[in-house]
Amino acid sequence: MLTSAAEPMPPLLEARGLKAAYGPSTVLHGIDFAIDEGEVCCLLGANGAGKTTTLRAICGMVRTEGEIRFCGERIDGRATEDIVRRRIAHVPDGRGTFMELTVEENLRLGAYLRPTAEIPAALAEVYEYFPKLRQRLRQQAGTLSGGEQQMLAIARALLLKPRLLLLDEPSFGLAPIVVEEVFALLERIKQDQRLSIFLVEQNANLALALSDRAYLLETGRVVMEGTASELAKNEAIRRAYLGF
Amino acid sequence: MSGVLHQVLSGLATGSIYASLALALVMIYKTTHHVNFAQGEMATFSTFIAWSLIEAGFSYWVAFLLAVAVSFVIGLAIQALLMRRLANAHVLSAVGVFIGLLLIFNSISGWIFGYTVKAFPSPFESGNEKPVLGGYLSAHELGASLVTLAVLLAVYAFFRFTTLGLAMRAVAFNPQSSRLVGIRVDRMLALGWGLAAALGAIAGIMIAPIVFLDPNMMAGILLYAFAGALLGGIDNAAGAVAGGFAVGVIEALGGAYVVGTELKLTIALLSIVAVLIFKPNGVFGRHVVSRV
Repeated sequence: MLTSAAEPMPPLLEARGLKAAYGPSTVLHGIDFAIDEGEVCCLLGANGAGKTTTLRAICGMVRTEGEIRFCGERIDGRATEDIVRRRIAHVPDGRGTFMELTVEENLRLGAYLRPTAEIPAALAEVYEYFPKLRQRLRQQAGTLSGGEQQMLAIARALLLKPRLLLLDEPSFGLAPIVVEEVFALLERIKQDQRLSIFLVEQNANLALALSDRAYLLETGRVVMEGTASELAKNEAIRRAYLGF
Repeated sequence: MSGVLHQVLSGLATGSIYASLALALVMIYKTTHHVNFAQGEMATFSTFIAWSLIEAGFSYWVAFLLAVAVSFVIGLAIQALLMRRLANAHVLSAVGVFIGLLLIFNSISGWIFGYTVKAFPSPFESGNEKPVLGGYLSAHELGASLVTLAVLLAVYAFFRFTTLGLAMRAVAFNPQSSRLVGIRVDRMLALGWGLAAALGAIAGIMIAPIVFLDPNMMAGILLYAFAGALLGGIDNAAGAVAGGFAVGVIEALGGAYVVGTELKLTIALLSIVAVLIFKPNGVFGRHVVSRV
């Protein structure tokens, strides 16, 4: 599908023919996807399907072929820090917090690109979503519980004031009750901010509940796309990913 | 007893210089995971720059600041031109490059400034002062310790309280995550090299009046600094500074009462071996605590 000149708004993020490889092994075999402003989109798939690689490709953390456009401008081939400076926040797998630094320092780093004058208000906003972090400002991030670390990682990303938030498996390694807490927060953030989110998740139930649209990735190819409710009803998806 | 006190104070004075060089080593180690063997020779070269500026008629402190600034730029340039290309190099390639840098700086110093030993002026002495602190320290020892202490405190404040310092620490811990918050990692690394080179320059200029200036001036000093860094933990800045002071005191006491001045360097080497055998993380070395 080509964007015609008559269409007023290009998608917020658009990838065409996106390929990615680690050395000789190709992980993404030319995939297309698009995310609109204000949309929550999820990328489902089994282990090794290329979900994490897709997010890494958007952020320039892996070598790619094909086109990635953000707000209509090519961002493929650019340095990660330049892509981040366009306000794409990425919460990577493993969360990407600075374990050795304190919670407060992690948050200050999250706001690294914000003008100094905006920082107090930005911090107050994330404390509202994550009141627990406020009580642990002086604590080393590595000593937080897994759930708190995930909250810190999301808080850090929100402090960028992102136009697009990339989330890599926010449920990974967390107890079910904590996973629910994290997703409830994401739902709240989505409602409050109309934030565009591209979510990679193994827990398809939760991901589809949060999302407007979804893509299904199998061994580096998009095999299905549609609205989240369509995919949730799909027989094959239900059997393979939803488990009923 | 007053003899011991004298040795301890004078050990702390030279220790402050080891401490700043040890800190320079740690700063490079934390970002590259290599020991910059050329740190000492770079400092010697900087000291020669200060010496020639003073010879050319500049006042001491102007020469001092200019030499520190030039060293900062040299540090930046080494990172930008050389280390950036070595980011993914094998450890032996990196060691080779560091030893190469050592030889290059040593030879350039000798080639430009000559190998004859030169006296280096002290801004704290004009030749006829009495020792200070009741005779325990020379005026230069006291002045040099105060300068290095002030510099160490300034470096601490920079890393602890400024956003730039925080960004540099973040890069040392986790370059990938640093990119994800928008930090320009290469610039921070270059800045680290610049700061380390500037610290080395200050150490060199402050110790030159005591040990005299020649192209091999810092060879021994670097060993003491390295011993200090290892003693405190090569990846722990505060520990390395404390280690530098400790090595200064151990050297002074050991030289005066145990092995004599000729064998002082052995103490540094012995402490390196001892730390590596018994406490490879250093006395203050930290294990990173993390829950997953």
